[in-house]
Amino acid sequence: MADDLFKLNIDGKDIEVPRHYTLMQACEEAGAEIPRFCYHERLSVAGNCRMCLVQWKGAPKPIASCAQTVGDMRMNPDGTPPNILTSGDYVEKARNGVMEFLLINHPLDCPICDQGGECDLQDQAMAYGRSGSRYSLNKRAVENKNMGPLVKTIMTRCIQCTRCVRFAAEVAGVEELGMISRGEDAEITTYLEESLSSELSGNVIDLCPVGALTSKPYAYNARPWELRKTESIDIMDAMGAAIRVDAKGAGVMRIMPVVNEEVNEEWLSDKSRFIWDGLARQRLDRPYVREGGKLKPASWPEALKKTAEALKASGAKTGFIAGDLIEVEQARAALDLARSLDMVSTDCRPEGAGYGADGVREKYILNPTLMGAEEADALLLIGTNPRVEAAVWNARIRKAWLWNDLQVGLVGEPVDLTYGYDHLGTGPADLDGLLDGDSAFVKAFKNAKRPMVVVGEQALVGEQGEDVLNAALKIAQDAGAISEDWAGFGVLHNAAGRVGALDTGFVPGENGLDTKGMLEGGVDTLVLLGADEVDLSRVSQETTVIYVGSHGDRGASRADIVLPCAAYTEMEATYVNTEGRVQMTGKAVQPKGEAREGWAIFRALSEILEKPLSYDSADELREQIREHNPVFAGLGFAPGKGGHEALSKAAGGTKNLAGARPFEAPFEDFYLTNPIARASKTMAECSLMKRGLETPVAAE
Amino acid sequence: MLQDKDRIFTNLYGAHSPGLEEAKKRGAWHLTREMLQQTPEWICDQIKASGLRGRGGAGFPTGLKWTFMPKEVRDRPHYLVVNADESEPGTCKDREIMRHDPHLLIEGCMVASYAMRAHACYVYLRGEYIAEREALEAAVKEAYEAGLIGKNNKNGWDFDLYVHHGAGAYICGEETALLESLEGKKGQPRLKPPFPANAGLYGCPTTVNNVESIAVAPTILRRGAEWFAGFGRPNNTGTKLFCVSGHVNKPCNVEEEMSITFRDLIETHCGGIRGGWDNLKAVIPGGSSVPMVPAEQIMDAYMDFDTLRDLRSGLGTAAVIVMDKSTDLIQAIARISYFYKHESCGQCTPCREGTGWMWRVLERMAKGQAEMADIDMLLDVAGQVEGHTICALGDAAAWPVQGLIRHFRHEIEDRINEYRAPKTVVRGATVAAE
Repeated sequence: MADDLFKLNIDGKDIEVPRHYTLMQACEEAGAEIPRFCYHERLSVAGNCRMCLVQWKGAPKPIASCAQTVGDMRMNPDGTPPNILTSGDYVEKARNGVMEFLLINHPLDCPICDQGGECDLQDQAMAYGRSGSRYSLNKRAVENKNMGPLVKTIMTRCIQCTRCVRFAAEVAGVEELGMISRGEDAEITTYLEESLSSELSGNVIDLCPVGALTSKPYAYNARPWELRKTESIDIMDAMGAAIRVDAKGAGVMRIMPVVNEEVNEEWLSDKSRFIWDGLARQRLDRPYVREGGKLKPASWPEALKKTAEALKASGAKTGFIAGDLIEVEQARAALDLARSLDMVSTDCRPEGAGYGADGVREKYILNPTLMGAEEADALLLIGTNPRVEAAVWNARIRKAWLWNDLQVGLVGEPVDLTYGYDHLGTGPADLDGLLDGDSAFVKAFKNAKRPMVVVGEQALVGEQGEDVLNAALKIAQDAGAISEDWAGFGVLHNAAGRVGALDTGFVPGENGLDTKGMLEGGVDTLVLLGADEVDLSRVSQETTVIYVGSHGDRGASRADIVLPCAAYTEMEATYVNTEGRVQMTGKAVQPKGEAREGWAIFRALSEILEKPLSYDSADELREQIREHNPVFAGLGFAPGKGGHEALSKAAGGTKNLAGARPFEAPFEDFYLTNPIARASKTMAECSLMKRGLETPVAAE
Repeated sequence: MLQDKDRIFTNLYGAHSPGLEEAKKRGAWHLTREMLQQTPEWICDQIKASGLRGRGGAGFPTGLKWTFMPKEVRDRPHYLVVNADESEPGTCKDREIMRHDPHLLIEGCMVASYAMRAHACYVYLRGEYIAEREALEAAVKEAYEAGLIGKNNKNGWDFDLYVHHGAGAYICGEETALLESLEGKKGQPRLKPPFPANAGLYGCPTTVNNVESIAVAPTILRRGAEWFAGFGRPNNTGTKLFCVSGHVNKPCNVEEEMSITFRDLIETHCGGIRGGWDNLKAVIPGGSSVPMVPAEQIMDAYMDFDTLRDLRSGLGTAAVIVMDKSTDLIQAIARISYFYKHESCGQCTPCREGTGWMWRVLERMAKGQAEMADIDMLLDVAGQVEGHTICALGDAAAWPVQGLIRHFRHEIEDRINEYRAPKTVVRGATVAAE
């Protein structure tokens, strides 16, 4: 059926392709390049640009190859496979004609267009455009639309390919973009002059084949050929999307998605994409020491000396809290230092969280993997809102819901997830006897071949956290989600550094305090490794706070000593995403000012404390990390269903969860979840917009 | 010439009441039950044998089209959709059927639906047709009340008919755009394949037919395929409604035999050409979208699909637009071009951009404000639109322009030369602004 092969003759070459292929795919298989604007492999076929025309010998008209399914084609009258020509005068003439039409009303303002240099229209006009214009009449002008703080519109450049419209409707799941009017008056608009209410709206910039939708924050900042491009990993959420950091000089100019089928396909959330202005603001570019109630600039030796003194003074009553964005190297170095000084109070989890302490990795990672959402047939979400916690993954769930008939159930806040789901309750109490229910979802879930249970990190915080985890695990075990070839239980984290720090063992040592204990005054000196999301107002005034981080945020303002370190775009660093996939960032720019890589700060500190750590370079450190925990050796690899064994052994259990407080939203504001985001002007504007407040009009 | 006894639309001019009683007296709803006792295949075979070709413009054999529907109803219901979005300039035949002979249409819908195993039929009515909607809805109500249609009706085939009023867009007469509009979406043509017979309205097997094609079906079945096939020339059979407009003495709608000559049609029904046959300049024989044919070629031509195709034009909807020598052909085509520019849906590139370009160039040509090279350029642009679009609107916009240049290139050249010629300047007089 679907994998039946179909014979074609393309440009004189015989080729066999699956019947469900489009003619365009078949031509590419045969090695021909087909120009296109409206066609995009992750969107539905529109067939409206007419650029991909090819010749089918015997057909009266040229064929739009993107819209022709190979299996629908007829054989030649003599029974030979259809002959397709992808070049030659006939095809050239057809494409030249289309290109001419596209250009007559295009402003041709390439010199002032941000798309210049990476514009499909520009590139294809080189191949199919005329050298001069035959159109001597006035060009059409289209009014620009206000699409919020992220997407800049110059609608006169639009060629009405409708990629953005299809993206919004199909992938993002918000039907807020459309084409109004008809004929040459047709315009793409949000109609209400508003930004898209999607966390993925920035992707329309990449999709737009011309300069109609461009990045507003990036406007007129750089030309693509001036940029240094560094492949890296995003840390705004726990997905670890593949990105490319484009930098000019010392500054990051923009962040673009890179294709990684297993993680982000080719999308990127708005936070990940537009965070970059936060990398240049509020930066800690030199050490500070608090004197007389005020932070005063200090030299590194001075600050390190003071730090060492504080650590010595507090001894075992020293605590380390690792923040959301911590990289594995820093966590390892800090942990090594702490342990060498017999300090046992170390923690990387939010206040009140108990998961991960037993060292069973499968109980805190997303075993079914992000891609698993497309293999699953029923998905139970517990205490999570993937739309804000992992926006790109949410689009994948939507895709599975649309095309694979994935059934979704939710226990938690009933929010708009862009797909339909059965709401099964709001709190842990609803987990009791969940499988006894007779709703359509529960039936589908129990009969599913590959049921999937995903617990949000937020649901695991607090006294009931452990019980929720066990109850969810029990549900997964009972529903048959864990079998030889499927590990259908996982935790969706919302901090990029968490899994890596847990894998490093950044949890309290024997008799050590956890985050809660440390905040409540169990320590005299508290070292914050970029930990800005904990409630620092509870730290007593007597406690000496040492902040190691990149941004002047909550932690730095409370700190007595500030040690500046590099941000994720400024170093090669290891992160482990929520699936347990080990990935590395790339170094796109130098650290700001005197900032150093996190691990190096602790290496230097160990020297002063006369307990030198046993590595002198990041590579040596990583070698030790791998020795300590072999999972770090598998770069780019997610264990996936390999977790089924541990999961089936793990004792899931039910406790009476009645009366437990309902699940809460993972965070107040999607756009302001970490110090980098809070430093970003763009994120601030998005946040205001989202809350329905007026956006201050930026001076041009 | 067609005799009165052979007319299908005997109330075309509204001389009698369109109501059910009168319609029955004229033959409607006669033997319907018996027709529905035949097999669907029999009906399709009869229609095939009658040689009926689609009356909406393309002339595709109707009986054959009906057989494209799946042979049995599976998980998805079948639908018949009647295209009553009659918007082609010059065409005004379907409205007369709906106003004066609506019961023939309703009966046809039922018979055709049965032939395609559909229990529901939608009539998509042009937005501007208010009186037609009222007449048709009244007739539908009558048919329901008389138990002729609806659940458990007298004719023995459960059948519902819905009249849907469009919003006034030419493009919604394109069958897939019509389906989109009927589904409540923006009327933009779909990509084909899949064809409607496979995935049409709401993804179900659907056939879209013109009002006239459907309305003649019951009479064909009543009087026999041979009777219908007896009119006209082979492959161009039957009777046809012609809408004659323009420079004739008595413009009219008339049912005539297919393959009547143009001269007979005009002489018999329209009182001749205004100013006599020598005054005839050109004819657009099938609605504004087909290329014009110059007088000497059309005068004695048969008015049917094949003859007009050989003249590089088409019968289209048989809306005959006659133009005498007083006509400014360039301006006429410019106006038609404006219509297509205005009605282009904007979905695909060649039509969206090309229709406006053609219109603007033609407007200038009509004044003579063009270069000689522009004529070839215009022809080239029309060629770039034709055949490169999703639906046929691109073709419809290009053909009139091609027809003009093919036959009356010299007029455009003359106009340009005239504009360029040195103007006589009258000393002391002011030349009035145009």
